[in-house]
Amino acid sequence: MKVTLFATCLVDLFQSNVGKATVELLERLGCEIDFPESQICCGQPAYNSGYTKESKEAMKKMIQTFEDAEYIVTPSGSCAAMFKEYPVLFKGDAEWETKAAALAAKTYELTQFIVNVLKVTDVGATFEGKATYHTSCHMTRLLKVKEAPAILLSHVKGLEMTPLPDAQNCCGFGGTFSVKMGDISGQMVEEKVCNIEDTGADFLIGGDAGCLMNIGGRIQRKGQPIKVLHIAEVLNSI
Amino acid sequence: MAMKTSSAKFKDRVDEGIHNDFMRLAVSSAQERLHGRRLTAVDELGSWEDWRSLGEEIRQHVLSNLDFYLHQLAENVSKRGGHVFFAETAEEASGYIKDVIVKKKAKKVVKSKSMVTEEINLNATLEAVGLDVVETDLGEYILQVDDHDPPSHIVAPALHKNKEQIRDVFKEKLAYTKTENPEELTAHVRGILRKDFLSADVGITGCNFAIAETGSIGLVTNEGNADLVTALPKTQITVMGMERLVPTFDEFEVLVSLLTRSAVGQRLTSYITALTGPRDEGDVDGPEEFHLVIVDNGRSSILGTEFQSVLQCIRCAACINVCPVYRQVGGHSYGSIYPGPIGAVLSPLLGGYDDFKELPYASTLCAACTDACPVKIPLHDLLRKHREVIVEKEKMVPFSEKMAMKAFGIGAASPMLYKFGSKMAPSAMSPFKTGDIISKGPGPLKTWTESREFPAPSKESFRDWFKNRETGGKPS
Repeated sequence: MKVTLFATCLVDLFQSNVGKATVELLERLGCEIDFPESQICCGQPAYNSGYTKESKEAMKKMIQTFEDAEYIVTPSGSCAAMFKEYPVLFKGDAEWETKAAALAAKTYELTQFIVNVLKVTDVGATFEGKATYHTSCHMTRLLKVKEAPAILLSHVKGLEMTPLPDAQNCCGFGGTFSVKMGDISGQMVEEKVCNIEDTGADFLIGGDAGCLMNIGGRIQRKGQPIKVLHIAEVLNSI
Repeated sequence: MAMKTSSAKFKDRVDEGIHNDFMRLAVSSAQERLHGRRLTAVDELGSWEDWRSLGEEIRQHVLSNLDFYLHQLAENVSKRGGHVFFAETAEEASGYIKDVIVKKKAKKVVKSKSMVTEEINLNATLEAVGLDVVETDLGEYILQVDDHDPPSHIVAPALHKNKEQIRDVFKEKLAYTKTENPEELTAHVRGILRKDFLSADVGITGCNFAIAETGSIGLVTNEGNADLVTALPKTQITVMGMERLVPTFDEFEVLVSLLTRSAVGQRLTSYITALTGPRDEGDVDGPEEFHLVIVDNGRSSILGTEFQSVLQCIRCAACINVCPVYRQVGGHSYGSIYPGPIGAVLSPLLGGYDDFKELPYASTLCAACTDACPVKIPLHDLLRKHREVIVEKEKMVPFSEKMAMKAFGIGAASPMLYKFGSKMAPSAMSPFKTGDIISKGPGPLKTWTESREFPAPSKESFRDWFKNRETGGKPS
């Protein structure tokens, strides 16, 4: 199966390991990976800050980039949710609305793609350790992907999952919120990290680079030994 | 109290909020309690999504036919001998109420809980002419006694206070001598309020939902105070936001069920009352005179705009009870009588962007509010729409942000520029990094790095790795 990867700008620039793990994992599951170089960013930072006009330029570029793709897969619930929102944004613009709808229809978040399209629940991974999982808001609430990550993690050999208290609460990332309202964001991530510490887990796993950068940054600042991993990295461990 | 509750700057209010440990503990434990109860109440009902859709449909139907139902309501209230007054502004509404009370030569007014009377600054208007105004909802009473402390939540106005603080307020103001035991605190207030109920000349209530078909006023309380406010004084005045009505009792039932489950996780509240006009011949109690004040105060200008869905709100506060930002900063930080996500959407619409322009940004757009809303208001999306208005119409954003976003628009649409920028990033950031992390970020990153590390850009970007791999170059 041919898969066109949307790596996301955060992964491309800051977490290239997540991109590598995604490629290797999907290849192991029999996919052939294509990475169109003209991809940049889904436009969410500008869109969520109220700069709709500016974000549309980025969005049009992405629509063109992925026009020929059969399946678009991205290791981010948030960026996938943004793609799914494109048709609403281009409503009334006949040409782009149709193209946006086509893009949205073939977009999948990584775990959603593995479970729902590839119909795989056990990727054959082995990972020794005790971990807890951060359910990112856009993945669960906007994209409605709630089960897939847990299903895949439950089949990883050696991995012990422990529930995260107040898992439903946002970690405080929120894109530009994290710098615009840095003080509130800092309080939110501190509460998230305290909850993670309370689980006694050695690893914090998540499915969105933004949240992981935020949570990981706080864990590092506190000098905690907890390691932060993207779910692609765990599922790619054999 | 008017809409605006503070003249302090948003940043200072937030700063005070996040350093108030008592308040934060009170808020987080209330959120957890209410969150759990709401989920249980929702599960118990079953088919919650269908109920939400029904709630949304009812509210949208009413808003689309608001002129018809308001007319029907007014006709039916008049038929039963009540007086109806449409107030376009807050001043008109509170002025009319003041005139009615002054004409009655009344001295004492008892009130049940009402957000819209806060919105129109009613108490101050009445107190200015020497009236004795007594709030009879326990939470509102506590705040009134505590030198008019502003509410911090639309259902539980004194949520920010713990029982020890309430005990201290009572000791200072009410000659209270007992402990912080909630039953003792409540019994003390009950003793005081009984006398007020019996001696009041006028009772003022809000309105959860008016029922157009019968001209009735629906009130939902747990304390029963609204029933005393409406049963004992000779004159009753009910104040409602112009959108707070339903066609018939069938829709009333649906919305009350959504309201009580979402607000406090109860199947029903202790008291659900529907009152229809003044006392009829043969009735043993009820007011001799009844006034219904229907308040616009900016609502009609929301109709027909992209923000119309906010008028679906039934004031349950479910969005506030799940909001992770409210959890950290508390209600007073919003500087509005309407806090939390609904307040951040509603306050700029009713009170203007000048006073409330920061509120739409006090959200991570995590959508917990949208998910919790029993009538499906897309709250997080309305917050984003506010940002759009602030950028495009109000032009209230800092120049640096505007330039950064313009650059984003150009950079994110141009692979060449992006590639150049991403190649430059590691060396551009290198003066700030130690190892793989940045602890003291430049520019906008400064606020981030006050509480956490920021990662240095990867030495090899993902796209370079992929390209090298494809062309047979050495993968890193």
